[in-house]
Amino acid sequence: MNVPAAWYLVLGAVLFGIGAFGVLTRRSALIMFMCIELMLNAVTLTFVTFARTLSDVGGQATVFFIMVVAAAEVTVGLGIVVAIFRRRASTSVDELSEMKG
Amino acid sequence: MIAIAYGWPDVLVFATAALLIVVGALGVIATRHPVHAALSLIMTLFGVAVAFVAQSADFLAAVEIIVYAGAIVVLFLFVIMFLGVDRDEGTRIEPLVGQRTLAALGAVITVAGLITLMARSHWVTGATSVSTAGVPLAHGSGNVRQLGTAVFTTYLFAFEATAALLIIAVVGAVVLARREQRRDAEDEATSSPSDAPTDLEGSER
Repeated sequence: MNVPAAWYLVLGAVLFGIGAFGVLTRRSALIMFMCIELMLNAVTLTFVTFARTLSDVGGQATVFFIMVVAAAEVTVGLGIVVAIFRRRASTSVDELSEMKG
Repeated sequence: MIAIAYGWPDVLVFATAALLIVVGALGVIATRHPVHAALSLIMTLFGVAVAFVAQSADFLAAVEIIVYAGAIVVLFLFVIMFLGVDRDEGTRIEPLVGQRTLAALGAVITVAGLITLMARSHWVTGATSVSTAGVPLAHGSGNVRQLGTAVFTTYLFAFEATAALLIIAVVGAVVLARREQRRDAEDEATSSPSDAPTDLEGSER
């Protein structure tokens, strides 16, 4: 008998909270991206848990698409980080304050 | 008592996955060194893969390792090495007063809200799936067959859309890199005065 789905759901919630805390506190753009990956993984874990609970493979198909979108997001995001680093020689988001009113 | 109710192997697998996930995630947000954060991220991803296998998502576990730990983290490490930012970020200083306290408060409220939502709502409605017609999820190669059938029939349009998305992402990344190079070359050739203030700001810091 498998462990109850609630355990995995709580684990996913905790992982999401840790990722959200990291996005809110870290200032390096690279580490903020890693924390966004943590939050995405928390969501995929929740999707897989519900797929098992409801016996619906649609949840797993959604996770498949989430992974594709995450790969595209990281490609473009790291491209932007590299482009900004060439201009500013820094990946700290605190220094990107040109649009401050 | 818990182990008797659910069986030792499953509880052990869950404990292993939870330990890997939580320790890795804490490592990502706590380490000052970006390379260490990337390695901690790999640990979390392996933990998520273990949780996937335990919940009969074998194909997704393999994809998690190959795509996330194999490609995305390597991309992270490549950018860290390429930019040469593998130095400490300096987490001791806190530019915004009370930022960490407020962030921790927000994260705790989010987690508590999610857990309360899950505890109070009846999300198992007894509804069976459309794509597999109520057939329970299979392990191993059966899982690949089920997922492949769903992706190439029910979710075919979304699958084709991801192809367009990947092409756009690749072209976007190439354009981002190329345009920046050309502008740098122009700046070096003409040394436009609009760059002077930013350089001054940089040197002041």
